[in-house]
Amino acid sequence: MALLEIKGIRKSFGKVEVLKGVDFALEKGEVLVIIGSSGSGKTTLLRCLNFLEHPDEGTFLFDGEELFSATTAYSDAEIREKRLHFGLVFQQFNLFPQYTVLRNITLAPDLLEPDKKEEHLQKANQLLEKIGLTDRADAYPCQLSGGQQQRVAIARALAMEPDILCFDEPTSALDPELTGEVLKVIRSLKSSDSTMIVVTHEMAFARDVADKVIYMADGVIEEAGTPEEVFGHPKSPRLQAFLSKTE
Amino acid sequence: MTFWEVTLFLLDGFKISLLIFAVTLLLGVPLGLPIAFCSMSRFKPVQAISKVIVWIVRGIPLMLQIFIIYYVPGLLFSFPMFSQIDRYMLIHHGVQDAGRITAVLIAFVINYACYFSEIYRGGIESISKGQYEAGYVLGLTNSQVFKKIILKQVVQRIVPPMSNEVITLIKDTALANCIVVCEIIKQAKELAATKAMVWPLFYTGVFYLIFVGILTICLGKVEKKLSYFRS
Ligand SMILES: Nc1ncnc2c1ncn2[C@@H]1O[C@H](COP(=O)(O)OP(=O)(O)OP(=O)(O)O)[C@@H](O)[C@H]1O
Ligand SMILES: [Mg+2]
Repeated sequence: MALLEIKGIRKSFGKVEVLKGVDFALEKGEVLVIIGSSGSGKTTLLRCLNFLEHPDEGTFLFDGEELFSATTAYSDAEIREKRLHFGLVFQQFNLFPQYTVLRNITLAPDLLEPDKKEEHLQKANQLLEKIGLTDRADAYPCQLSGGQQQRVAIARALAMEPDILCFDEPTSALDPELTGEVLKVIRSLKSSDSTMIVVTHEMAFARDVADKVIYMADGVIEEAGTPEEVFGHPKSPRLQAFLSKTE
Repeated sequence: MTFWEVTLFLLDGFKISLLIFAVTLLLGVPLGLPIAFCSMSRFKPVQAISKVIVWIVRGIPLMLQIFIIYYVPGLLFSFPMFSQIDRYMLIHHGVQDAGRITAVLIAFVINYACYFSEIYRGGIESISKGQYEAGYVLGLTNSQVFKKIILKQVVQRIVPPMSNEVITLIKDTALANCIVVCEIIKQAKELAATKAMVWPLFYTGVFYLIFVGILTICLGKVEKKLSYFRS
């Protein structure tokens, strides 16, 4: 059974319909890559999954059970609990500037479980090792390069142990020479069997890391399949045009 | 009168200036917060009322506001509250100007709270949506996000404009003289009138300068202390 099943997600901002019925399923340990041109609704979709936007229609099933239904009104506390299934890494990192790297990672776990601070600290140090920033634990975000900041943002999201980690163009705010270090971290997560949804414009990376690829256009999934299918044998003319533009 | 006697006489007045300064900060700084939240309220009537009040208070000269607070109870309700406090406190406690000073304090606190509220609002609105969202996706509550993530960044951003207001405030205390409160300039004018001494009036500037110098150093330290991060 799929870990996550998304059915019929629709979302409008005013009169503009940005998501026009999106369905997909994700197995545990799978990496789903979402590609698509600017304005096709990729960010909006990730924001819906993280409960930052409320879809107008549709449902999410998690492990076969209903996690979200657009027709139900949830309390703030329910939303907070539900969104812990997901993590989100933003394009602009959004680290907390007043806290050190270490504190950025432990802040939320400490606030949610104040009696486990010792554990959180250990966990944070392991994560720092994983992203290769142990020596910068006491630095402030403004003292780090963009690539280092994004790696910390990934560690911060991982500290919450989400079932599914979402990335919204994690490298597009970075200088080209810094994208490699971030992509490397995401690759290492794949090899540790994390379930991830990655929105990216890095086609080579997408092809390499994805188990499944979705091409979005105009608020719908225009084409979906394995990397070989989507990149090697694109069927829809729009996808063919999109791929030839990005190469 | 010797130089030393004049200094002490003026210092008596400067104590009143400092009193107005301290009380205005002590009450105005916290009072600005609810006003700022009302101005940002999603409930439109609350927002509108708050914005109109801020507009009026910031749009009218402070001196006029002091007159309004001081005279309106007597003129409109035939209840000259502040002169009565003056008289009562003088007769029973030997304290001078208590009612007038109260009127000045009310006007100052309201006026500065409105100015502060606008600074707070600007500071809060300048924090990017991404900071809130980063907190929310980590499962934090609204109040945790505000207290643990937003507040300190706001404080860092509002310290420079607040410093400006604080320095303006000590100079504004001279306005209390319009309803004959014995602040430092009123004291100097008294010397001019009764002893034909004009130089003390200019000498008062030294008191302000020293105090503003101290403030500048202290506020600079606060600013420096908060500059360890860049948001
Ligand atoms: N809060 C909002 N209010 C109004 N319109 C919005 C809002 N958020 C997104 N949109 C609109 O929705 C459309 C899809 O936006 P979205 O950010 O999801 O696209 P995207 O696929 O992530 O694009 P990009 O590749 O540029 O990041 C855009 O036309 C955008 O202007
Ligand atoms: Mg986007």
